[in-house]
Amino acid sequence: MNLEERDLVIIGGGPAGLAAAISAWEAGCRDILLVERDRVLGGILNQCIHDGFGLHTFNEALSGPEYAARYIEKLRNTGVEVLEQTMVLHLGEDRVLHLASRGTYRTLRARGVILAMGCRERPRGAISIPGTRPSGVFTAGAAQHLMNLENIMVGNRVCILGSGDIGLIMARRMTLEGASVEGVFEILPYSSGLPRNIQQCLNDYDIPLYLGTTVQKIHGSRRLEGVTVAQVGPDRCPLAGSERYVPCDTLLLSVGLIPENELSREASIPLDPRTNGPLVDSSFMTRVPGIFACGNVLHVHDLVDYVSQEAEEAGRFAAAWSCAAARSSANSLSVIPGEGIRYTLPQKISSSESTTLSLRVAAPWRNRSIVVREKEKIVARKSLVRLHPAEMIRIALDAKSLLGVHELEVILQ
Amino acid sequence: MTLRELTCVVCPNGCPLKIVCTEDDPPRVESVEGHLCPRGIRWARQEVEAPQRTIASSVLVAGGVAPLASVRTDRPIPLEKIPSVMQELRKLVLPAPLALGDVVLRNPAGTDCAVIVTRGVEREKEKSRKIFS
Repeated sequence: MNLEERDLVIIGGGPAGLAAAISAWEAGCRDILLVERDRVLGGILNQCIHDGFGLHTFNEALSGPEYAARYIEKLRNTGVEVLEQTMVLHLGEDRVLHLASRGTYRTLRARGVILAMGCRERPRGAISIPGTRPSGVFTAGAAQHLMNLENIMVGNRVCILGSGDIGLIMARRMTLEGASVEGVFEILPYSSGLPRNIQQCLNDYDIPLYLGTTVQKIHGSRRLEGVTVAQVGPDRCPLAGSERYVPCDTLLLSVGLIPENELSREASIPLDPRTNGPLVDSSFMTRVPGIFACGNVLHVHDLVDYVSQEAEEAGRFAAAWSCAAARSSANSLSVIPGEGIRYTLPQKISSSESTTLSLRVAAPWRNRSIVVREKEKIVARKSLVRLHPAEMIRIALDAKSLLGVHELEVILQ
Repeated sequence: MTLRELTCVVCPNGCPLKIVCTEDDPPRVESVEGHLCPRGIRWARQEVEAPQRTIASSVLVAGGVAPLASVRTDRPIPLEKIPSVMQELRKLVLPAPLALGDVVLRNPAGTDCAVIVTRGVEREKEKSRKIFS
């Protein structure tokens, strides 16, 4: 079969796909196809109408759509071909892609592929809340989409499970639109949202935050009528006697994000159980040659600015791979998360190039150091006043310090 | 005197501040503890004496490809003005097309700000003619 051949195909037109496409173009690649499932580019940024995006990149507090617009405009000035309303149905190890859009189906082979599909929310089924199955239970992002883009008010009396940033932002949004938010319930003893969001989304509107508390049961037949909340012990199991009934018609879930890796699995790309994203080297190439990954499909980020930075790097490496002879990959050095560290990324790096490690700690701390070492030899150290699992930490590794190193361990000290 | 405990939001350090302030309305800051840099003191004073926020929302659009356009204030406004600004935004129905940065409202509720469009909405194309008409 004769397949259409392309140099570089990017799957996803959100912040990662946009930045990767622009940087691959700027690196000299002239045959780039960007595939987006939605009607418009921008991804999740389109529904994130609150401000605070771009503080690192543009030194301004932009709203989500404004941040996306800056990249979309830049992309329109390149020769990158954009296919909207098109879905990649299959990706093979051989980098053959099956694309479907209204009335068309095409198959093509790419020399390089960048995965930029982002992530999705954990739904009710992922956390197994007992009870009935009435309407009125939404993931926070689904409610955000309905309210901010479709003009559909999802409910009037709201409980929110999970104190991640999306849940906090929706607590404020629903309040401003006239709903009454009864409380935000967080199973952990600390909030996973940014302190500034606790302040400006909850405290500003007197919305209570209940730590160490979870939703134990959902009530209602057609529409949600209420939830039973309970305090949890150190094992995160509900404590008998602490149950309380809270009447509400809406429950929003903000209980974590999952990188969207169905296509990666089809292409037999090995995933890291810690990040739920592909294993990559310092060029952001997965274990399948020619397939790269960046953004939330690789690991869930806290700031879109970091997504853009990472995707720009991935775009450069993918362009070099696709548009020149394949580079020999000298990525031989493993990086292993040690005590106090949830994960590190990339999982393999080159000992001859400088790299930036991304990582998250396992629990909140103050005044600790992140140490990158091989046995007694310390390669890098970063001291931080505030460390939080919800916030990504980035550490630069200098190529010079990696000479003679075989395996790196990252620990909290 | 009252003690207020706030988390500084100027940078990601998030210093836990202990702020002693008077019981006047609005209160006045007497002393600040827990900050790692002078920005913490400035923030505490602003936050206690006259808190400000940027606010984002969406407004109805007539004849557009989408039912809503997202908007925000172009600068922070006094926190207590947010409900009245929201009320003014709720009354608006804007004719499409709207472009990024268009000013849809000036000085809502007497605040010193403009409300700007953050996501443009194109005009809806005429419905294609029915084949069998």
